[in-house]
Amino acid sequence: KLVAMEVTQLLLNAQSIDGTVRKHAEENLKLFQSQNLAGFLLSLAGELANDEKPVDSRKLAGLVLKNALDAKEQHRKYELVQRWLSLDMATKTQIRAFLLKTLSSPVPDVRSTASQVIAKVAGIELPQNQWPELVGSLLSNIHQLPAHVKQATLETLGYLCEEVSPDVVEQEHVNKILTAVVQGMNAAEGNNDVRLAATRALYMALGFAQANFNNDMERDYIMRVVCEATLSPEVKIRQAAFECLVSIASTYYEKLAHYMQDIFNITAKAVREDDESVALQAIEFWSSICDEEIDILEEYGGEFTGDSDVPCFYFTKQALPALVPLLLETLLKQEEDQDLDEGAWNIAMAGGTCLGLVARAVGDDIVPHVMPFIEEKISKPDWREREAATYAFGSILEGPSPDKLMTIVNAALTFMLNALTKDPSNHVKDTTAWTLGRIFEFLHGSTIETPIITQANCQQIITVLIQTMKDAPNVAEKACGALYFLAQGYEDIGPNSPLTPFFQEIIQSLLAVAHREDATESRLRTAAYEALNEVVRCSTDETSAMVLQLVPVIMLELHNTLEGEKLSSDEREKQNELQGLLCGCLQVIIQKLGSEPTKYVFMQHADQMMGLFLRVFGCKSATAHEEAMLAIGALAYAAGPDFAKYMPEFYKYLEMGLQNFEEYQVCAVTVGVIGDICRALEDKILPYCDGIMTQLLKDLSSNQLHRSVKPPIFSCFGDIALAIGENFEKYINYSMPMLQSAAELSAHASGADDEMTEYTNSLRNGILEAYSGIFQGFKNSPKTQLLIPYAPHILQFLDSIYMEKDMDEVVMKTAIGVLGDLADTLGSHVGGLIQQSVSSKEFLNECLSSDDHTIKEAAEWAKHAITRAISV
Amino acid sequence: MAPHDLRRPFKRRPISDQQKRRDLSLLRQSQHRSDAQQRARNLASSVISLQSSSSPDVDPETLSEPMPDVDTTGHESEASSFDIRQASSLRGPEARKWFASQLMLPEWMIDVPENLSRDWYVLARPAGKRCFVVSADGTTVSRLRNGSVLHHFPSALPGGARKKGVSGPAQSYSILDCIFHEADQTYYVIDMVCWRGYSLYECTAEFRFFWLQSKLDETGACDPPSFYHKFRFSVVPFYNCDQSGLHSAYTGSLPYVKDGLLLYNKHAHYHTGNTPLVLIWKDERCSQYVIDTDNNGQVPNQQHIVLGLQDDGKIVTSDDPPVVVNCLNADFIKQSGLSPGSLVRFAIGDGGLNCVDGKFEKADLQYISVSNRARAFADSYSKIMFQYMARHSPVKAEDLASVISQENQQDKPPEVEMSD
Repeated sequence: KLVAMEVTQLLLNAQSIDGTVRKHAEENLKLFQSQNLAGFLLSLAGELANDEKPVDSRKLAGLVLKNALDAKEQHRKYELVQRWLSLDMATKTQIRAFLLKTLSSPVPDVRSTASQVIAKVAGIELPQNQWPELVGSLLSNIHQLPAHVKQATLETLGYLCEEVSPDVVEQEHVNKILTAVVQGMNAAEGNNDVRLAATRALYMALGFAQANFNNDMERDYIMRVVCEATLSPEVKIRQAAFECLVSIASTYYEKLAHYMQDIFNITAKAVREDDESVALQAIEFWSSICDEEIDILEEYGGEFTGDSDVPCFYFTKQALPALVPLLLETLLKQEEDQDLDEGAWNIAMAGGTCLGLVARAVGDDIVPHVMPFIEEKISKPDWREREAATYAFGSILEGPSPDKLMTIVNAALTFMLNALTKDPSNHVKDTTAWTLGRIFEFLHGSTIETPIITQANCQQIITVLIQTMKDAPNVAEKACGALYFLAQGYEDIGPNSPLTPFFQEIIQSLLAVAHREDATESRLRTAAYEALNEVVRCSTDETSAMVLQLVPVIMLELHNTLEGEKLSSDEREKQNELQGLLCGCLQVIIQKLGSEPTKYVFMQHADQMMGLFLRVFGCKSATAHEEAMLAIGALAYAAGPDFAKYMPEFYKYLEMGLQNFEEYQVCAVTVGVIGDICRALEDKILPYCDGIMTQLLKDLSSNQLHRSVKPPIFSCFGDIALAIGENFEKYINYSMPMLQSAAELSAHASGADDEMTEYTNSLRNGILEAYSGIFQGFKNSPKTQLLIPYAPHILQFLDSIYMEKDMDEVVMKTAIGVLGDLADTLGSHVGGLIQQSVSSKEFLNECLSSDDHTIKEAAEWAKHAITRAISV
Repeated sequence: MAPHDLRRPFKRRPISDQQKRRDLSLLRQSQHRSDAQQRARNLASSVISLQSSSSPDVDPETLSEPMPDVDTTGHESEASSFDIRQASSLRGPEARKWFASQLMLPEWMIDVPENLSRDWYVLARPAGKRCFVVSADGTTVSRLRNGSVLHHFPSALPGGARKKGVSGPAQSYSILDCIFHEADQTYYVIDMVCWRGYSLYECTAEFRFFWLQSKLDETGACDPPSFYHKFRFSVVPFYNCDQSGLHSAYTGSLPYVKDGLLLYNKHAHYHTGNTPLVLIWKDERCSQYVIDTDNNGQVPNQQHIVLGLQDDGKIVTSDDPPVVVNCLNADFIKQSGLSPGSLVRFAIGDGGLNCVDGKFEKADLQYISVSNRARAFADSYSKIMFQYMARHSPVKAEDLASVISQENQQDKPPEVEMSD
């Protein structure tokens, strides 16, 4: 057994610069942990608490302890929680005591580490009703504590609120926590460290303050203290206080009316005068208010139910005359090279972004407030003024009605095109090209009555954009983006596109951009291929011959990326990214040309293309893998039963994709492609089904796989069953119980939050699609009776999701379809059962009178099938 | 505790093109999945059960000898599940009887139904030949009400032509209820019975019309004729039977010659045979043929009617159950060479008709002859009465309009008086 001294040494060695020493120490720590977990954790806690030990070993002890309690991956986290809960009480009690003791340590880092570990333990134990005395003991004599202990205690309370759900803490404790925190924030608190810790703790505790925000007096008090803290002489406190305001803006939007005037004054002062870190938070407050109002108004617009939970208070609209000038001022504070730096974020960018949100929240009203600024500055000699004016213009293009903008935009268009070619400033050109893109995005397309792009100016616009694509990478990238939206506006143009005369030139220019030596800067190459994709997507039959010519070109490029010599890891990464782009481009082309009348000619490339995709799988890159897989799915659909010839070679990559838990997108895409292949091959997929089903069942039972992949796996069962019919028999015994238990789980969505409801519905949809596929696959087969035992459960499932009243329209349609399929396949065997079900009455009637015709159609079908089943 | 990251997307599209590709793939996959499932469902229902109260019996074995009085409920499902494609191959009298029994036949409007504006559609019936159009297995056949083939042709209907590349489920077929309008050689579709193998018999008129409108055009069937599409199809415009709908149907200008107005109850299923839930009404303004003509196209002085002769000598209408008009004595039957089942033509004498509660109290009938063989059915009660009223006291367009406006009055909340 290791003694304390040795632990200290191990922890220090684990941070050694000498790799061998470090590795050895890490292995020993692992060994210790695996041999005696309780002893290991206890000695870590002891190390952390011991003020005589070196700071470095104590900090690492705390970190290792924390990692023994929590992990990012859901399944790992669950294991760790179970492991902690199963430790003996004596050990846990000792560890808790060590942790609490550490909060009084004179070493700040050590206290902070202990705070986080305590919160992790609380996160595990409070929901289990263990360590009930924790909150009490933290708060017991907080007023008498020395400042550094008080600071650590407040920090701990903050972390605790972040870690624990509000419903496991009694309201009485919540009140005490908030009281302590808000008092700590008060100007009367003389110690800045304490005040900062309290302010940050409030940020995390806001979710606990629901009841307190409903109480006028308590809310007034909290708001007053927060607003006062934004005026603290200490910049970190001001910043933390504004963070609280930002969070309050979204959490308690509907409680703010009373405070908005004060908050406006505070934020305006901060934006104009304060340190940038504070000013950014102040702008973010208004961005968050806009976010809320945009959401609320969208909900209003969606359906005129009038019973939206939160009313819109139109704070943005009321603040408009003062807010817009404030934001416009920020636009003039650009940084020289902000367009070249991916990570840049400054007050000008934040202000412009906020202006865009304001435009979306208030619509037409913003225009008169911004136009004078634009008109005054757009031609000024100082590039800052021209850029600010252009950026303001680009920012307000989404929100106001086309009617309001049309005249202005038409007048500005020539100016913009001119600026793109002539303005000396890279910055101005970047923003101008971006603004053109916004014009095309929001004011060009089949829904706009008076088109911006006409026969008269189309040629000029395209010429300028193509010219601009030769400019600096950041400017060229925006020009590609503008072209993207230019093409998109013609997506439903019909057989004759105005782009046809320029098609060849556009394609060639985009390929030339993609080949520029500096194409990897400013995502230029990506933007070029994205624009190329959109141009292809929106092309018409007139230009299909030119798209066809593109096929060998893109294939050759893909081929070249696969011939790479020895590459550095940086070069390889770029290569893989390019492979992803090229596969993506081929995917778009396959979808465009893979049907009549181009299909026949196009499919002559299929063998070669498939060969390339298979080689892409050889390069270990998740993005390229995913793109190639998507392309193959599209190819399978186009090829139909002929796809069978690729299966022997392709199969192992399918399997590989299904095993890729870590890059779950790859797994998800692979599952989708199996569906494509099922529909293409029908029963010719049979020889591969054992392998595929085994892997799918493994995926479902794995707790490592991201949950979003599971619903599509169920749908995939349905695809397979529909393809192979009664041959699905041998999988019935495995798949049905899985469907059944998933159905039970998903019947009652746990939790009221939207995300969970959405997931539950996607899970239900997957399960139902599986049932549909299985029933349809067995139809008219003598083996139909194998399914009869499952009918009661399936009907019960349908009934219970109907009763739950939280299904979306997709689920409704699939569910009523399953009812029909069940009746149709099992017929008179289940006539009685069906008649007893709620689904065959209320649910069916509800669907029959649905406004959604796809639901109605499925319901008519179900009704027909049921009538036949019960009439026999 | 680092301050949280504030950065928002700057000069960037909210959705990357890669995400767009993913989303489009998912969309394509789920569309194809639902198509595949739809196909599977259609295949199963390709054997449509066509049992219905008014079809005598559809078993081809027994078609030549109709036994209308036999209770068929005992052996329905299996025996009467009848594949329309088999029916297409029926010839002669079997085909005639079978097809004749498959059309939904409007009653003639002898009084105005309630809730016209709420529950009914109105449309202007094109003048022409009523027929069933069946497209299946690469060909299209139109059959008249008496079962005889009108045209055999390629069409853009699903499965209606042998054309490469237009793939669909092999067994899929569609049935449309049409009127062939000679002048512009167009099939005007008045109802949709089956579409891509999916039976619409059990669907409400509201749904069938909706389906008809949304689906027919997609196929290209409404395009001008071409090599693979010999006749143009066109959907007859229909309206809610309110003031403006009635006005549009009655007076509106249409590409075809009108022959009266058809009124469809929105909630009614496709009911084979006579139904009071579809009504036909005519006057001189919207039809050239208000009063029946004889074989020479002349309006006879007296109204002619055709009735069926029963075993017991009763002469009856084609309704189900039949309405007895009169009774012939055995000697007369013998003399005239009539046999049970014959269709007999009469003229209505000056004594006229007198009806109470849908029964004839008195009918002054004058025997003319046995009806010609092309006829499959006797006249219905409503037809006899409509023709009779047309000669004496017709239901006028104004009557329809005034019923509608009265209904509208009733819909308004009554003005409440608080006195008393």
